[in-house]
Amino acid sequence: MSENIVAETAARIFTDLADPQTINSAKDDGWKAPLWQALVEAGLTLAWVPEEQDGSGADLADGFAVLGVAGRFAVPVPLAETLLGGWLLSRAGIASPAGIMTVAPARPGDRITLDSGSTLSGRARGVPFAQEAEHLAVLAHGPGAPSIALIEAKACRIAEGRTLAGDASNVVTLDRVKPVRVAPAPTHFDQTSLMLMGAAVRSVETAGGLEAILELAVRYANERVAFERPIAKFQAIQHSLARLAGEVAAAITASGSAADAIAHAEAFDDATFLEVAAAKVRSAEAAEEGAAIAHQVHGAIGFTSEHILHRFTLRLLAWRDDFGNESHWAAALGSRVAARGAEEFWPLVTSR
Amino acid sequence: MSATLRFDQIRLPPQCETLRQEVRAFIAEEVAAGTFDPTQPRQGDLHNAELSRRIGAQGWIGMTWPKKYGGQERSYLERYVVTEEFRAANAPVRRHFVADRQSGPILLKYAPEHIKMDLLPRICRGDVCFVIGMSEPGSGSDLFAAKTRAMRTNGGWLINGSKIWTSNAHVADYMLGLFRTSPATKENRRHGLTQFLVDMKTPGIKVNPIYQLTGEHDFNEVVFQDAFMPDDHVLGEIDGAWKQATSELAYERSGPERFLETLYVLIELVRALGPKPDLRSAEGLGRLVAQLHTLRRMSVSVNGMLQAGKEPVVEGSIVKDLGTMWEQKLPARVRELAAFLEPEVTNRTSLEEQLTYATLIAPKLTIQGGTTEILRGIIARGLGLR
Repeated sequence: MSENIVAETAARIFTDLADPQTINSAKDDGWKAPLWQALVEAGLTLAWVPEEQDGSGADLADGFAVLGVAGRFAVPVPLAETLLGGWLLSRAGIASPAGIMTVAPARPGDRITLDSGSTLSGRARGVPFAQEAEHLAVLAHGPGAPSIALIEAKACRIAEGRTLAGDASNVVTLDRVKPVRVAPAPTHFDQTSLMLMGAAVRSVETAGGLEAILELAVRYANERVAFERPIAKFQAIQHSLARLAGEVAAAITASGSAADAIAHAEAFDDATFLEVAAAKVRSAEAAEEGAAIAHQVHGAIGFTSEHILHRFTLRLLAWRDDFGNESHWAAALGSRVAARGAEEFWPLVTSR
Repeated sequence: MSATLRFDQIRLPPQCETLRQEVRAFIAEEVAAGTFDPTQPRQGDLHNAELSRRIGAQGWIGMTWPKKYGGQERSYLERYVVTEEFRAANAPVRRHFVADRQSGPILLKYAPEHIKMDLLPRICRGDVCFVIGMSEPGSGSDLFAAKTRAMRTNGGWLINGSKIWTSNAHVADYMLGLFRTSPATKENRRHGLTQFLVDMKTPGIKVNPIYQLTGEHDFNEVVFQDAFMPDDHVLGEIDGAWKQATSELAYERSGPERFLETLYVLIELVRALGPKPDLRSAEGLGRLVAQLHTLRRMSVSVNGMLQAGKEPVVEGSIVKDLGTMWEQKLPARVRELAAFLEPEVTNRTSLEEQLTYATLIAPKLTIQGGTTEILRGIIARGLGLR
């Protein structure tokens, strides 16, 4: 649903340089550099960095629209991560460097601390694309209030690691790392704020990926002939795809609503928490259900490496784990709802 | 073919929130006065003529209709708020709800002017109850197999046959009925049915009760024996009712009543769990809240798109498919999450009573107003599979 110029630009670049079939058939990573270069030149990698900090100063909504398109192409470059990195740094007024970035921590339970000597220590698991990044944007605890820091990737120990989809995902260890820059986080900004933003980003990408697999599965069902007719004509297939459409619809709506909430929110308040937690939970559930249906409809061909379906389904499944999995957000949301009590339940639901 | 689904990000405008507070205050007064108890879902399925009239007096029935017919010319999103507040409170609104949601809009579109001037203001006042006469003993989901006949006679039509699963028929003032005026044609099996306004006091109409598994009387069989319908009670095109059915469906299918019918068990669960639930309960509760929030955002979106003049037929069917599946499974999920509660939890009796009722009514939720299977067929057509 590219309805703005920024998202249309992204869609054009992905169509030209990130075609899933072309990438899937490629013998090497030769496609990567031209794709990244085009994204940089279009100002998309630093879309969430203000112009005065050398970014392109796009709206949050525009950035989310770009990520929805990236999800539809299952783009295997760290666009989302660099966007997030730039966004995090700009919270503290730190200008973004050129090149690939990612953010740490990427899991709610991990912790990086800033000591009184201004060095950073700690361990962050599942940091997406850390081994390809030149810099990391870090949310650190202490001393006192949270801080935001820019560090060089080469100053950290980064263990080799891959997601289900084969994208880099690393354990990053910081041992008294001296930051390039460090500044206090804004008031009320903490690790939960970063997790909420990351969760919203993954939810939006997930919705895009689900749209893509619905399209793939519908097309395949109309083309594939079995028992002398297209399998789309069988009611069992029709109803499976109708269920897939329902999951896609839920993910689009929940993630769109969360992105809209963040784009219009003054702070990461209770309403934003409800929206984003709900989006991460529901889009992850949709990813699980939707990927299974798309594979079932495709049969054996969808299980091959030559078919592009796995480019989407495996990323959909992998994204569930980033920035808090659905169990984490469900428990956090459930605890909040319980603490507010039964009388406040319906007012909370209708507040959005 | 298009696999593109569209759910615009619609937020309820500020006037909706003002209205919501008015509705909540009204409900609180009625509850305080003992009109109904939000924790008694069985009661929520009853008729209350006085309450319907008081709701009508507030201008909350037929509120989107033109003022000359008694309406308020308010938006669909404002109607949405009124519907969801009454539903969430388990208010007994059955007496006027069918007319408000379905029958009124059909009359507005197809009834002759003098009938609109007579009936619509009475609906808005909460004075009349409608029943839908579609299913027959031999045709349910397959609507166009209906056999009950309307035969031409002097100045009108004579109806013979029967309708079934007619909720409200024993108390309704009017039915919107679908009758066969011609045989289906080879080219179009949907041809030959006509929609009629039926005055339930017409001689030749007999209503026989059918008791539901809850023990309650809601369903009926309505038997027509030479029941006379005057010509001006024909609604729309003779033999062409099939053309009239589709556009209303998105309204009928996407409303908040399509996922809130068992909501009370979730609210009661929150009460039972208390402020600090264990991790298992917190996660289970959180998932249900995430799913409910998503359904509501989808439903608001479809209603907002309808208000904007779009026709989200597939999206509306998706809301009902997901929504009814959710409200149907909700009692089972709540039962699991309540399984390890301490026996002395103060509202255990209340929770168990509510679960019993929700479990009893659960099977109907994915059948009424278009079965899951019919909905998925519509969605599949929208996806370009049929």
